[in-house]
Amino acid sequence: MRVSELPRPSPERLLKQVQAEENKRWGAKLKIFLGYAPGVGKSYRMLDEARRRHERGEDVVVGAVQGRQSEDVQALLQKLEMIPPLQTPDGQAVDLDAILRRTPRVCVIDPLAAQNPPGSRHSNRWQDVQELLRNGISVLSSVNLLHVEEYKEKVQAITGKNTTETIPKSFLLAADDIVIVDVPPDLCLWRQGEKLTSTGISNSQERQLSELRELALLLTAEVVDAQLETYVHAHGIEPVFGTHERFLVCMTPHSNALAMIESGERNKERFQGELYAVYVCERGRSKRERVTIRRYFDAAKKAGASTEVLESDDPISAIVEFAREKRITQIFIGHSDRNSWRDRVFGDPVLRLIRAAEGIDVRVFPH
Amino acid sequence: MHEPADTPRGSLKVYLGYAAGVGKTFQMLADGRAAAQRGVDVAVAYFQPHARPDTIEQAQSLEMVPHRRIEYRGKTFEEMDTDAVLLRRPSIALVDELAHTNIPGSLRTKRWEDVQVLLDAGIEVWTTMNVQHIESLNDQVWQITGIQVRETVPDGFIRQAAEIVAVDVTPDALLNRLKRGAVYKPEMVEKALSGFFKGSNLGALRELTLRQAAHEVDLRQSAYDETRGFQVPRISEARPAGETDNPSKERILIHMTADPSTAMLIRRGRRVADYLRADCTAVFVHQTPELSQLPAEERQAIEKHLRFARSLQIETRILPGSDVAKTVVEFARQNQITQIFVAHTQIGPLERLRRKNFSEDIVRLAQDLQVIVVADRSRTLGSSQAGN
Repeated sequence: MRVSELPRPSPERLLKQVQAEENKRWGAKLKIFLGYAPGVGKSYRMLDEARRRHERGEDVVVGAVQGRQSEDVQALLQKLEMIPPLQTPDGQAVDLDAILRRTPRVCVIDPLAAQNPPGSRHSNRWQDVQELLRNGISVLSSVNLLHVEEYKEKVQAITGKNTTETIPKSFLLAADDIVIVDVPPDLCLWRQGEKLTSTGISNSQERQLSELRELALLLTAEVVDAQLETYVHAHGIEPVFGTHERFLVCMTPHSNALAMIESGERNKERFQGELYAVYVCERGRSKRERVTIRRYFDAAKKAGASTEVLESDDPISAIVEFAREKRITQIFIGHSDRNSWRDRVFGDPVLRLIRAAEGIDVRVFPH
Repeated sequence: MHEPADTPRGSLKVYLGYAAGVGKTFQMLADGRAAAQRGVDVAVAYFQPHARPDTIEQAQSLEMVPHRRIEYRGKTFEEMDTDAVLLRRPSIALVDELAHTNIPGSLRTKRWEDVQVLLDAGIEVWTTMNVQHIESLNDQVWQITGIQVRETVPDGFIRQAAEIVAVDVTPDALLNRLKRGAVYKPEMVEKALSGFFKGSNLGALRELTLRQAAHEVDLRQSAYDETRGFQVPRISEARPAGETDNPSKERILIHMTADPSTAMLIRRGRRVADYLRADCTAVFVHQTPELSQLPAEERQAIEKHLRFARSLQIETRILPGSDVAKTVVEFARQNQITQIFVAHTQIGPLERLRRKNFSEDIVRLAQDLQVIVVADRSRTLGSSQAGN
């Protein structure tokens, strides 16, 4: 029924599936602690989990740790077994062979985004982590937002800090678990050695950090959403409504589609949601109408919408079916500036959509 | 309110989680302990007595203000002793479980009202709550879990917080804690696993919490920027070039009826208004401005909705008029409303002949305005949740 190549799993989901299948045999899991800046306490949270697991009888070792350590972190490390990293003239590298020989259940590798010295088996540490997972060893690791490739530029624009050591975002999306370590900016600055200020945003440094914090929270929400989708697919259950806003613009030649697309773009940004735009192809469109529709498609793509052509004799059902499949929370539809024979026979299409879209909001636009 | 104007209000910090057992209290106490070690005068004003051993350990080194004991129906309950906290006047008071409802016989009905007293007296308060206790998220949580949460905290109260901290843990870790009996007593665990903690609920609530926390952070950035009087380029929003901070102020109108779906509509309207930083008004149309002619049941429902809207800081109006849809649309045009929120109740074609469907009439009449027809998702819940 659909013209384009739907449904197409995202690269992240494919990657996740492949990795999950590879690791499943062994039950190895990757858990990542995400922080928005140094000083939020990622390493502490991670090592504290390692300690608790160790005390509950799990076989835990530490394969790599951050250079600078607080007293709290040092105290935790003393309770854990360490496999010292390899020392080379160009820096440290995780001693993969030693860890594989030792075969613990869980290994701490921190930080995640590090480059290995030349001559190492892998150029990046996250590739070491993949090897451990493939060999059935679960990994606990931590990363700062700055070191996620797709966020590097944004963080740099906010803080001026730069880095060459990054991991791809897809690696985060493919992790079994991600936990955000969230603390207020004042506490984060205090741990970095600044004076403690009052609660809330009270200076420009805290303002910067709070921007990073928002990005990190939304990134985590995105990962959780992807996990939820995988879960829903795997268990074949009805999708859950209302966690993430997803807007669907219905483009018809006689509605104000450009205004809807523009509003959809604004809503997408405000709610950090997703935008879709569909056109239901009916027979007997004039050439002029086809030109208009093409213009709408260009505008929708520019607005960051995923576009789709639906082919159906029953546009309302096609739209509602598409909306359910994509877990749409709000459908945008416009009043038509003319009445077709169909409308006179079947009634106002807008009202018919409202009745059919049970459980989904409908936003009706003026023409 | 209760204090002279020169007492600065205490600031509020909220530890926000997505379920019992994520570690909100632990985090609050750990941060409190760290503050105490820095020399800040911290006291625990309320702390759940039957907490996890780890959590109790965190609390032990902190000073506790003794709870008030209240006899009710032959049992003794412990509540926060607000007067004792006021007398002790710590710099920071730690108050667990913000959404708690006090035992009958307490001075105030809700714990958040007690916290408000502390804040008004200039005491900084740190407190804990779960996302499902935020009033305006009530419906979404209901949709996700199928469970109606009754103990809620008004959004206006949370909005005054200087800081919201998300306390995050993976659902797997939470379920492990639950199964180990670290969250609930063993006899409660089975019930919890098949109810609130089942299947995809936790993931969805977790996502909701993270997005809510991000949104709260964003609101506080805007507030800070406004006090500074400068416009910082917003990376996370990435506005199109040329768009100014307030392109055209959005104005939202909520159409109230006696139907229970109005409560959901009010929450939704408030939420969208928050995101768009829009004005928000709610109207009810009736022949005369007096509600006294209405049947008692309908009048009570309307009065409840009016109170609820006002508690979320929404302006309310009763509009006189015999044609409901026409009155709403005319009011909207006269008041430069940009979006009308109406609830749509699914009714069959036969019923449609007998009953007025205001939402459809408004859509038909207001072709020059945006009308948001909000779906009453709770009514479709039964079918979508079955078989989970």
